[in-house]
Order: sequence, then C-alpha cells, then structure tokens
Amino acid sequence: MDQPIIRIQDLRKSFGTLTVIDGLNFDVMKGEKLALIGPSGSGKTTILRILMTLEGISGGRIEVCGEPLYHMQKHGAEVPADEAHLHRMRRHIGMVFQHFNLFPHKSVLQNITLAPMLTKGESRTVAEKRARELLDMVGLADKADYMPSQLSGGQKQRVAIARALALQPQIMLFDEVTSALDPELVEEVLEVMKRLAAETDMTMLLVTHEMGFARDFADRVLFFDKGRIVEQGPPAQLFTAPQEDRTKSFLRKIIAAGQRV
Amino acid sequence: MGDWAGYLTLILQGAWVTVELTLMGSALALVVAFIAGLGRISRHAWIRWLATGYIEFFRGTSIFVQLFWIYFVLPMTGAELTPMQAGVMALGLNVGAYGAEVVRGAILAVPRDQHEACVAVNLTRFQRMRHVIMPQALPLMLPTFGNNAIELLKATSVVSLISLSDMTFQAQVVRSQTGSTLMPFVTILLLYFAMSSAISFGMRRLERRVTRGLDGVR
Repeated sequence: MDQPIIRIQDLRKSFGTLTVIDGLNFDVMKGEKLALIGPSGSGKTTILRILMTLEGISGGRIEVCGEPLYHMQKHGAEVPADEAHLHRMRRHIGMVFQHFNLFPHKSVLQNITLAPMLTKGESRTVAEKRARELLDMVGLADKADYMPSQLSGGQKQRVAIARALALQPQIMLFDEVTSALDPELVEEVLEVMKRLAAETDMTMLLVTHEMGFARDFADRVLFFDKGRIVEQGPPAQLFTAPQEDRTKSFLRKIIAAGQRV
Repeated sequence: MGDWAGYLTLILQGAWVTVELTLMGSALALVVAFIAGLGRISRHAWIRWLATGYIEFFRGTSIFVQLFWIYFVLPMTGAELTPMQAGVMALGLNVGAYGAEVVRGAILAVPRDQHEACVAVNLTRFQRMRHVIMPQALPLMLPTFGNNAIELLKATSVVSLISLSDMTFQAQVVRSQTGSTLMPFVTILLLYFAMSSAISFGMRRLERRVTRGLDGVR
C-alpha cells in the first residue's frame, strides 16, 4: 500500500493541566473510512478538531498528504507552522460539525458557494453549478434558495455536508454529525454519508455514537479511552470479538442502552 | 409677525449647523468605532492597548473638556481647526469610543461555531470577518448605534463653547433679543425631537434590512 494520507506520531494535547491526548500514534490510508468510537471525553472529537486546525497541538507531529501540518520548513529548520501554512494545509481537509454551523445569513446555495468562490476563485457560475449538483446529491435540490432557519436539522446537516464537499477536500471529518438530530432525522443524514462512502474514494474520519452505522460505514474502527487507542480493527472483529476488557464493557453499556451493534 | 419669521430663520440656520454636526460627527464616530472596536480584539497586544487607551480616555472625560482641548489647545501644536472641524472631531471621537465597545461586543457575540465553520471552509481572517462575522454582528450593533447617534445629536449643543452657532446657541440669541423664552425653546424642542425621530426611524428601517433572513436565528 502507498503512503498514509494522515500520520499521527506521538500526538499530545492538554488543556491546561488536563491531558486529553497522550502519546497517540496512528496512520490513515488514502481512501480509508475510519470510525472513532469511545466514551465521551476520550479525546476522539479533539483529534478531529486538531486535524481541522481548530485546536493546536501540545506535542508530537502530524502529517497530512505527506506534509507536516503543524510544522514547516524555514531556513532549513523545522519551525511551528504559521497561519499561511495552516491555510494551505486546510485545502486538503473538510469538516462537518455536530451543530451544522451553517451561515445563518446566507441562503443554502450561498452557504455552499461562498468558500469555493473566495478561496479558490471560482466564478459564480461554476460554483453554483456544482452547488446544485451537490444539493441534488444530498436530496435537497429544491431548497437552494431557502435560508438555513427554514430547514430541519437533518436538512441543515445535509447542506453542511454539501458545503464541505464543495471544496473537494481529500479528507473529510465528521464530528458526531447525527448527535444533535431528532431520532427520525438521523437516517436521512446517514443515508447520504453511506452513499458518499460508496461513491467516492475520499478519506473519511467519523466520530460517532451510532455503533450500527460505524459498523456499516467503516473499514477500521478505533476504540478510544482516555486519549489513547485501546483497541482497533475491522468493525466485524471489534464489535463481535473485542479483545480488551475496556472495549467489552463499553460495548456492553451501548447495547444495554438499546443500540444495535 | 415678520420679526418672528426672521427669528425662526435664525433658529433654522442653527438647526442646519446641528444637522451638519450630527451627520459628520456620526460618520466620524462610525469609522472610529470600527477601528477602535476591531483594535480591541486585535491579535497584537500593542494595538489592543492603544484602542483601550483611546476608549477609556474619551469615555472617562467630559466632552466639554475634550472640545476645549481640541479647539484651544491642539492649535498650539500647529493643528489649526475651524470650529466646525473641532466640533465634529470632539463629537466623533467621544461617541466613537462608546461605539467601539458596541462593535467589540457584537463581534464577540457571534457564536464560536461560526468562526470554526469559517476555518473549516478555509476562509482567511479577513474573509471570515467580512463575509461571516460582520454580517451577523451588524444587526446586533444597530439598536445601540441608534442610541449613540441620538446621544451625539443631543451633545451637539456643547459646540457653543467654541463660537459655533448651533440650534441651542441660536435659541439663546433669540431669547436674549426678544425676551421670550417660550417661542425659541418650544421651537428647538420640536426640532430636536424631529431630528431624533428621524434617526430612530432610519435605524429601524436599516435594522429591518440587515436582519432579513436572520429571523428565527435570534
């Protein structure tokens, strides 16, 4: 297999005295669909936020598409990345948030076209054409001129997915994208993501509490606890024959809570 | 009766000076408010420090004293100003200091979510501010800006200190010449009220325009 698209080496992250990630290592291969599961506070969302450069790192090293994310070369030495470097690196990565984070003052179409027009210099015609294709893909072709406040949660999240896709990133991060949705709206979002996973070779990292979905969606599942990977493997193995006690007890609790695994 | 028409003309001339001061003062205040308000949240400590110094100074001293300094003391350093320029400057800088805190507060009131969404779609700092944060912060600023503009209108009467014949000054002139207090002061009462009503009305229309589409959000 070729080079990993994401390399995380000895990553550490603390907020003040609280260490949330402590010496984390893992690689993600191009096109891989990865699910990050684990109890809340285990650091899985923090990993996505670090990859999106929403949080800095406290130590260690990350490489994205063969280039260091938080370091850059200057006068032959490696120094902490500046904003220009981060800006350049962010082109590779897109993110969908738990609370959608749509721009409330922009229409659905403008939410999607804004960034391609500003950051890639795309013309309105080109940007709108692709925005409409993406809306069609997420099943919202008729909502282009709506304002976000007129949409349901599931529709908002699908727009948010289209917005992230419009920039054509190589890596997509999904941060608990169904957690803020009413139960009956979860399915429509998962449906879109399944289709996306099947139709593109984009690398996807998914933080989720939907074990059933993680199982269908992912090539590999990482179980996190206290900022470390406790266990990882293909979903069939991790969900049916977990090796670690910590994983077993977590899955037991999930099943007791009524979820399909 | 002819006399009254003459006196009314005097007051109306004063009213025009008041309008000019209000418009130009507000324009300056607006510019200064954005500069200082953005300065307050700058990444650079020295800019924050500068903006804070300006705001605290102009909020912490009386506009009367500020005007005195700008008109009588500043010329000693070589900066000669006409009374109108000095008046606009004092009003603009004074009200701008209050406006700066409004700008800062409104920008900080835009949820963190929005900043993060901007980072995720890779907008530059300037693009974030221009296309996402400001359009959402503006509707929050407008009601207070309206108040500030009315405060500025009412503060214009201090300019009589530096020999500008604004509306209040002219009313005093008419009063001393006619011995009647009622007529000039009823007139300017109505005129001040009309002007502040115009400001309120304008601001409400503006508010309605900029909040279009944001309903249901706040």
